[in-house]
Amino acid sequence: MPVFEPFNADRAADIIAAHAGQEGATLPILHALQHEFGCVPTAAVPMVAQALNLSRAEVHGIVTFYHEFRRTPPGKHVLQLCRAEACQAVGGDRVAADVKARLGVDWHGTSDDGAVTLEPVFCLGLCSIGPAALLDGAPLARLNADKVAAALESAA
Amino acid sequence: MTRVYVSRDAAALALGADAVAAALAPHATVVRTGSRGMHWLEPLVEVETDAGRVAYGPVDAADVPGLLAAGLLTGGAHALRQGATDEIPFMARQTRLTFARCGLIDPLSLDDYRAHGGFIGLQKAIEIGAAATMDTVLKSGLRGRGGAGFPTGIKWKTTADAEGDRKYIVCNADEGDSGTFADRMLMEGDPFSLIEGMAIAGISTGATKGYVYTRSEYPHAIATFDAALDVARKAGVLGTDVFGSGHAFDIEQRVGAGAYVCGEETALLESLEGKRGQVRAKPPLPAHKGLFGCPTVVNNVITLATVPCILRDGPEAYQAIGMGRSRGTVPIQLAGNVRFGGLFEAGFGVSLGDLVNDIGGGTLSGRPVRAVQVGGPLGAYFPPSLFDTPFDYEAFAARDGLIGHGGIVVFDDTVDLAKQARFAMEFCAAESCGKCTPCRIGSTRGMETVDKIVAGTAVEANTALLRDLCHTMKFGSLCALGGFIPYPVLSALDHFPEDFRP
Repeated sequence: MPVFEPFNADRAADIIAAHAGQEGATLPILHALQHEFGCVPTAAVPMVAQALNLSRAEVHGIVTFYHEFRRTPPGKHVLQLCRAEACQAVGGDRVAADVKARLGVDWHGTSDDGAVTLEPVFCLGLCSIGPAALLDGAPLARLNADKVAAALESAA
Repeated sequence: MTRVYVSRDAAALALGADAVAAALAPHATVVRTGSRGMHWLEPLVEVETDAGRVAYGPVDAADVPGLLAAGLLTGGAHALRQGATDEIPFMARQTRLTFARCGLIDPLSLDDYRAHGGFIGLQKAIEIGAAATMDTVLKSGLRGRGGAGFPTGIKWKTTADAEGDRKYIVCNADEGDSGTFADRMLMEGDPFSLIEGMAIAGISTGATKGYVYTRSEYPHAIATFDAALDVARKAGVLGTDVFGSGHAFDIEQRVGAGAYVCGEETALLESLEGKRGQVRAKPPLPAHKGLFGCPTVVNNVITLATVPCILRDGPEAYQAIGMGRSRGTVPIQLAGNVRFGGLFEAGFGVSLGDLVNDIGGGTLSGRPVRAVQVGGPLGAYFPPSLFDTPFDYEAFAARDGLIGHGGIVVFDDTVDLAKQARFAMEFCAAESCGKCTPCRIGSTRGMETVDKIVAGTAVEANTALLRDLCHTMKFGSLCALGGFIPYPVLSALDHFPEDFRP
């Protein structure tokens, strides 16, 4: 289970400084920030901009372009459920509908108890054993709603 | 202790391979490998015997005590015994070149890699020099396996001839097409072959730096490839003096952030530069002005990982396989509702029907096959009446389809092709980079138009409108995302018109 730190400007400055020297540093910095804080905190955007000699608008544009970067931290667990065609062919849509109903959330939502954030993902490369998902980065295959529930339970 | 092999590929892990390996560990030396590609048999356990490797699968951790009692370690009989791995029909029918080592070796062992023909290609390239290396690749007939099928040797030569004091080799590992997992499997199962291929490309074109852009949805591939880079650097395969040749070449892996369009080469370059992944207009070609404005080779994982065996075995051997202008082998990925799903490497030319029905065994559900989508979300839906199409770039193009990155997604007779056409437009709307109007606006309008057709609103007029919109997107979009989304939509309309009625 990932544990995220609350935003801390000094820590953010260290992370940015550690990556700012490389070619095309923006994505590595944003990944590192999200790894630490669970998201790219709004307060970090001007810091990234200054370090890379970009405008805040440019950094905002980059953060919001990529589906992966979050603006707020996720729940305790992140379930990335595949929505792509190969998983659709083996009932992925049904699994998604069941999981949404059980968690009481739509895509990108976090369950009321803060336990699970549900993210859609287009393909995990597990297309021969779908429906597939990643739960906190661990792959799950041949899913149905019960298997998802069991995986969430054992992760809790 | 007897050696047994259990895959560490993400597909095997998803099916419980770690628990199987743990259950076997007290009884045998467990070697973790990549996957053989027979995903319906994962977790697959292979036992080393005097007669070669014997396979058991699919093995659950709970099966292990019974398997041991049945004499697993000497290849004993058991209901899960599949026989000698190489003689399983799915394996025996393949021509494994790019994936020859995948599933066989410990992916992070340089000794294993060398013992199975690794680095001979790179040594050959150093020996014969840049021009002869490029000539070898050109003569082999190798074309880009990412989907576009552009001749690799020509791309390399263009980059080599371009002016620039810095050049780059960029590997596209942003394998976003649904139904494809060849790049992932290779990076998890035989990462040194990609490193070797990139080093050969570097030496051949004069590039000294390589980037691998891997999608974030592949955490296991990212981890394995980073570990392989460390091993390669320590062994002097990468660095200031590659294999004592005097050539400098190093590789860095960068991770994407969930944007499908970054699989398009110019969007990928923008992303590597730290920008929004928006497509660039071509020209200039990346070979002239690519990463940071420098001459850049952008090749797919499979393309680069195939180069070492071409250098090693000679271009004639590779060129001799295949059909028409599609030379060599292609890793075909059988996915979706298919009984024997996995990776099947074969020379170009196998018919689609053979792949789906014979090799793939038809649907997993046991219902009739109604459609297959070949080439990812931008590929056409083909009905069984087109199953005589040979797996070949030109043959698919002639039937308004594409082979893309070699993925085949099988659907049974419960599929609704109007829904799939709508999904294609929805996907395009979600993933459009926004740079060109046909893709950005057309995808949303297309989704709405499919909805109207299905709802029975002016069906004929809206169908004509949808076709017209597809025409605009096909010829007016800047890249293949908006440009190819008409393939799934129009093929669904053409081959399955009955689904577009209220």
